[in-house]
Amino acid sequence: MDKTWNNKAWFLVLPVLVLVAFSAVIPLMTVVNYSVQDTFGNNVFFWAGTEWFEELLSSSRFWEAMTRNLIFSFIILAIEVPLGIFIALNMPKKGWGVPVCLVLMALPLLIPWNVVGTIWQVFGRNDIGLLGYYVNALGIDYNYVQDPFDAWVTIIVMDVWHWTSLVVLLCYAGLVSIPDAFYQAAKIDGASRWAVFRYIQLPKMNRVLLIAVLLRFMDSFMIYTEPFVVTGGGPGNSTTFLSIDLVKTALGQFDLGPAAAMSLVYFLIILLLSWVFYTVMTNYDAER
Amino acid sequence: MGGANERTERNAMNGSAATEGLASALSHSDLDRRMRRRGEESRWWWIVPTLYIIVLLLPIYWLINMSFKTNAEIVSSLTLYPHAPTIGNYVTIFTDASWYSGYINSITYVVMNMVISVAAALPAAYAFSRYRFLGDKHLFFWLLTNRMAPPAVFALPFFQLYSAFGLIDTHIAVALAHCLFNVPLAVWILEGFMSGVPKEIDETAYIDGYSFPRFFVRIFMPLIASGIGVACFFCFMFSWVELLIARTLTTTDAKPIAATMTRTVSAAGMDWGLLAAAGVLTLIPGALVIWFVRNYIAKGFALGRV
Repeated sequence: MDKTWNNKAWFLVLPVLVLVAFSAVIPLMTVVNYSVQDTFGNNVFFWAGTEWFEELLSSSRFWEAMTRNLIFSFIILAIEVPLGIFIALNMPKKGWGVPVCLVLMALPLLIPWNVVGTIWQVFGRNDIGLLGYYVNALGIDYNYVQDPFDAWVTIIVMDVWHWTSLVVLLCYAGLVSIPDAFYQAAKIDGASRWAVFRYIQLPKMNRVLLIAVLLRFMDSFMIYTEPFVVTGGGPGNSTTFLSIDLVKTALGQFDLGPAAAMSLVYFLIILLLSWVFYTVMTNYDAER
Repeated sequence: MGGANERTERNAMNGSAATEGLASALSHSDLDRRMRRRGEESRWWWIVPTLYIIVLLLPIYWLINMSFKTNAEIVSSLTLYPHAPTIGNYVTIFTDASWYSGYINSITYVVMNMVISVAAALPAAYAFSRYRFLGDKHLFFWLLTNRMAPPAVFALPFFQLYSAFGLIDTHIAVALAHCLFNVPLAVWILEGFMSGVPKEIDETAYIDGYSFPRFFVRIFMPLIASGIGVACFFCFMFSWVELLIARTLTTTDAKPIAATMTRTVSAAGMDWGLLAAAGVLTLIPGALVIWFVRNYIAKGFALGRV
């Protein structure tokens, strides 16, 4: 749409600007402030320069948490995206099945995150949980409280359970927007099921898939509540992701300096990712 | 395959009229047979969604199942359905003020946040969809980064900021804090819907002598009613599921139900039944909201503005 140049539009944006400035800019300035200072309590601060940043970037704890985050995000994407596409392709296109599927599938998305954690904490326990009990009954030794591998499996299964529906709904929305004429044409040409998917459905899902991948990547990169409730970052440190580590440092130990430095580095990574996201999106829209 | 693909695209571009022409040119029996074969394939369409939904519902069923059991039954043996069903857990929640006030607190700040976010986002989204102004693209990107900001980063500074204003443990503090990610989201969704409304409508209204506020409320808002619905839905959803910030900013008076749930860990061990019942009750608002907006969900997601 052609838009008119009008700087008075700033007045319309003003409420949002004030609101977000209050809840984003001021806190962020606090973080920057802490990240370069040290304190011994009593609100006495003195200049620490880049000390916290140097300490952070040379600490193995930070890099381990970061590696865990990246591996986690990668596994999540590798499972959820193909699975989501597959389910979306098999969704009904019309009739009574559509609202039923949509409502039931969207259900996990609306459960508070710590309840998601609670559900899986209970479900996976091998004394009172359905999953844990029967997996053990099958002769597989499964205990997410003690075994790091089992803890990882539990968290990944939980995330797949929780978020695959988002990918499904996005892909489904992309699929229903394909006009019927495309399918009719394919039918006349005798295109195979695979050809229909590869040359009609996949290209049409491009945009929503891009959004799905990037949203899932960023949200899994920021994951906190669910693994915190299920494993509390353990056993040992095996499921301590960046945000769990950060909250531990900031609110648990009140180590303001290190926590602030970590917040900034974390936020810069996210900022970089959003920039890539935004650029790719706008370029895609421009091409269209 | 390449050839078939090209033909497919050409046929699709010529539109359905051309398609029908081609279809009649083909031998009818051949086409009929193909259509029938596809029909038979689609008879089994329900298997995949059904399996998926069963997998989704199993953990939820387990929670509901547990909520109707006594703690003795939960701990002593694994039963697939409650053998001695009890509503004792629910009774405890509905009669103990420290429990049910958690729900009231959650709903209060979620609704407050929803109203604030959408009200602030409406004019801004209009500005982004209709005008170009100095720094508009940068502003839009900056808003977007806030949607991507990890709550963990903001937990501590929020605590200090709201302490300084004496707002700790009030509903408005949580509502304002959740604006961090809900306002950009609402702007993004509404901008998508508003761009779908032709600009001629605005111009005609101005020529007819409508002032901007009157035009906006009387004509424009009804036109994007479904967009406002979708925006409200997503604001509700993200504020409802968020815990970290809500828990950090509250102690007792505005404590959300999700945070209250953590206190079932007592000296006597976990009160599993009560925990499950509280969990089940947190599912209900989400399920209700989703039922009301079910026809708009796909549209909201289609805009890709989540």
